[in-house]
Amino acid sequence: MISEIVEIIVYILLAIGVFFNLLAGVGLLRFPDVYTRLHAGTKCTTFGSIFICGSIVLLGLKMWYLGDSDGSVLVIHTIGALIAILVTNPTGAHAIARAAHRSGVKPFGAVVDDLEGKPARKSAPKKKEAGR
Amino acid sequence: MMEIESIYLIILGLLILSIVLCIIRVFKGPTAPDRVVGLDTINTLVIVGMLVFGIATRSVIYIDVAIVYALLSYISTLFIAKYLEGGEF
Repeated sequence: MISEIVEIIVYILLAIGVFFNLLAGVGLLRFPDVYTRLHAGTKCTTFGSIFICGSIVLLGLKMWYLGDSDGSVLVIHTIGALIAILVTNPTGAHAIARAAHRSGVKPFGAVVDDLEGKPARKSAPKKKEAGR
Repeated sequence: MMEIESIYLIILGLLILSIVLCIIRVFKGPTAPDRVVGLDTINTLVIVGMLVFGIATRSVIYIDVAIVYALLSYISTLFIAKYLEGGEF
């Protein structure tokens, strides 16, 4: 009885996660410039990864409950992988966006750049900006 | 050969379809940061695919590989961003 309920919840979580991962691909293909593509490609994959890891954790807990000792190892390592994704994905997106702005890519349809002159240009001294 | 349930094969197929869309963006991208965004998204999708394959075959080694892949791809993304920025390492 409880095994079937867990199976249904796992399938729903997998469907939500795969749907958002597909949206990431479609948004990456359809959006007009770098910053909106970054918005689609990073946030959707992070959200979908949370749901897929949640379904794997539920399956591992079910295996552990039914007496398979591999289930606990599966749960702990999946949570480790989820923490690695959650820490590294937004940080990498921030680094890419900063590099894109400093290398001179303008947003689509932009008229005024409010960050003009605030970040370090190539002629500015690098040592002063390194500590920020 | 261990038996794999067909629901995981369908999910892996959909993840591969998403990876193919990202590869199209990597080849089309007008500027260099577009390509880097595509590669970063492909890295995350490959990590998720490894997790799904690990639960499909009930083996933990794929999930360990996924953790190491996540950390190494993060380092590579940071270095490519630093290179695009024009700074010295």
